[in-house]
Amino acid sequence: MTTVIDVQNAVKRYGIGDSSIFALDGVSLKIEAGEYVAIMGPSGSGKSTLMNIMGALDNLTSGKYFLDGIEISSMDENALAVVRGRKIGFIFQSFNLIPRTTALANVELPMAYQGIKGAERRKRAEAALAVVGLTDRMSHEPTELSGGQQQRVAVARALATRPALLLADEPTGALDSKSTHDLLDLFDQINAAGRTVVVITHEQDVGERAKRIIRMRDGKIISDESNIRRAS
Amino acid sequence: MNIFESIKFALRGLTTNKLRTGLTTLGIMIGVMSVIILIAVGNGSSKAVQQSLDRLGTNSLQIRPGERGFGGGGFAGARQRGGASSAVPLTIADAQALVDPINAPDVKQVSPIMNANVTCSNGTSTSTPSTFSGVWPTYFEAANAQIATGNYFSADDVTQGRHVAIIGSTTATELFGTDNPIGQSVRCGGIPFTIIGTTKVKGSTGFLDGDSLFLAPITAVESSITGYTGLSSIIVEAKTATGTNDAQSEITTILNTRHRIKAGKSADYQIFNQASLLSTSASSSKTFTVLLGAVAGISLLVGGIGITNIMLVTVIERTREIGIRKAIGAPKRVILSQFLIEATILSLVGGLMGVLGGFIGSHFTIAGTKPIIVPSSVFLAFGVSILIGVFFGGYPASRAASLRPIEALRHE
Repeated sequence: MTTVIDVQNAVKRYGIGDSSIFALDGVSLKIEAGEYVAIMGPSGSGKSTLMNIMGALDNLTSGKYFLDGIEISSMDENALAVVRGRKIGFIFQSFNLIPRTTALANVELPMAYQGIKGAERRKRAEAALAVVGLTDRMSHEPTELSGGQQQRVAVARALATRPALLLADEPTGALDSKSTHDLLDLFDQINAAGRTVVVITHEQDVGERAKRIIRMRDGKIISDESNIRRAS
Repeated sequence: MNIFESIKFALRGLTTNKLRTGLTTLGIMIGVMSVIILIAVGNGSSKAVQQSLDRLGTNSLQIRPGERGFGGGGFAGARQRGGASSAVPLTIADAQALVDPINAPDVKQVSPIMNANVTCSNGTSTSTPSTFSGVWPTYFEAANAQIATGNYFSADDVTQGRHVAIIGSTTATELFGTDNPIGQSVRCGGIPFTIIGTTKVKGSTGFLDGDSLFLAPITAVESSITGYTGLSSIIVEAKTATGTNDAQSEITTILNTRHRIKAGKSADYQIFNQASLLSTSASSSKTFTVLLGAVAGISLLVGGIGITNIMLVTVIERTREIGIRKAIGAPKRVILSQFLIEATILSLVGGLMGVLGGFIGSHFTIAGTKPIIVPSSVFLAFGVSILIGVFFGGYPASRAASLRPIEALRHE
């Protein structure tokens, strides 16, 4: 089994001197391919910082981070852009679709940045939108879609690049319970297809759907265990 | 990510806020247009000055009798000068002395002019030509007077003092109406002349009608109308424009000898150099052009600042979008090129419209001047507008591209 995420003694400190705050205070963590992990904790626990580190959006004060066997902590900005595009599929709480751009174009965008040609890109985008059940909404712009539909477009966008890791930051935070349920079913389905899924959430029922739950508090991991009800 | 895709993204960015895009383009357009038109106006006015001097001839010198304490050497050649004291009048002999290949090698030809103010009549109609001159045949080239019908008079006509004349169209109409004037007889100041030719229509310069013209051999005019009172002027043409100054000093030497002007004494004649007149007016019109260009340049700069402002606002407004793009794998250079292309398209479209507007605007007469487009000003204005777009758009673009995705994403 390959290790997708390997965080070694990660420290992230904001500010300097006495007023500095440790957002991450020596976190070590390994996630294998095909896992479905929930990272939970109250606000200020450091889970969002950890998510930013894992998504190569932010860098560490000290410690090391390997994604899919590649050390991220020493990469320059251009290499990081490539990593973000190829290795990671992001799903954000506020969907973060590009405004005034159709669902299809949104899904195609990361592939465009990778230099995938138009026809191939379109085929893959259509396939990804079919997976999330939005084949009939492809030419709609974000404002014409419901929150649940927008989040599913975001999932399709994350899936289309075939990333090593699907990283979701509070994906259900802006959704109603029906949409939440649909989205979590979708995550189950994606994970069942063999993709690694990491969900950051503070909602208990969302975390419960994962097979492994990591709990954080004050920048430290306080528990890391299999979800007995889900793990098989 | 190829260039076409970047252009597509840039166009999408620009069409998102059409009003803002339109206003920025307008700013650049006005800048470029004003540079082209104002420089064209300056150029047009300097060309107009040059043309009016060219009509006199850039390599021509005009010699006039000197001041004599009254009146001045005006057009009134009929004025009695013989009685005037110290000064010696200019004579045909003076003019002949200037035709000297040894002492005046730079002189191409000499054309003495004897003006008179007389009324002509053919029995039924009368006419008072504004220019009634006794001349040599060289005058026709010197004054750029060409024959429309009939013939020039010859050197022989001058030698013999024949009473023949060439008239302008205004004089012809006044005297003969629509009849053919060639071969007709006319009496001027009581002296009969036979019309042998008419000149081409010249049009009027200022308040002087160039076609109210009566030209006769100088000998005939001198002997029968004005008397031997001295020439009104002598036009001397130098062989080359650069030789004008040499010709002037040669003439000075010859005339000083003939008029017995001692070294250091002021001469009793004046030489007007068209070339020096030309360079004075050319330099003043150049100053004018530079001034207009500077004003236009400022407006182009203001247009450029407009682009910077718009691009900065756009970047701030789209910070979050930039964050999303970076999070899903957009490399720095893609973001940079997108914003650079946006700025370039703005300035390119504005520049092209400005060039178009400049060409259209230059077809109108502005402040009495017919603008003449200077090709280099078109390239300059257009090039500067593109450079402004790239430079002033480059700063916001690099700011956008350098944003850290995590910060950009937090931006609301």
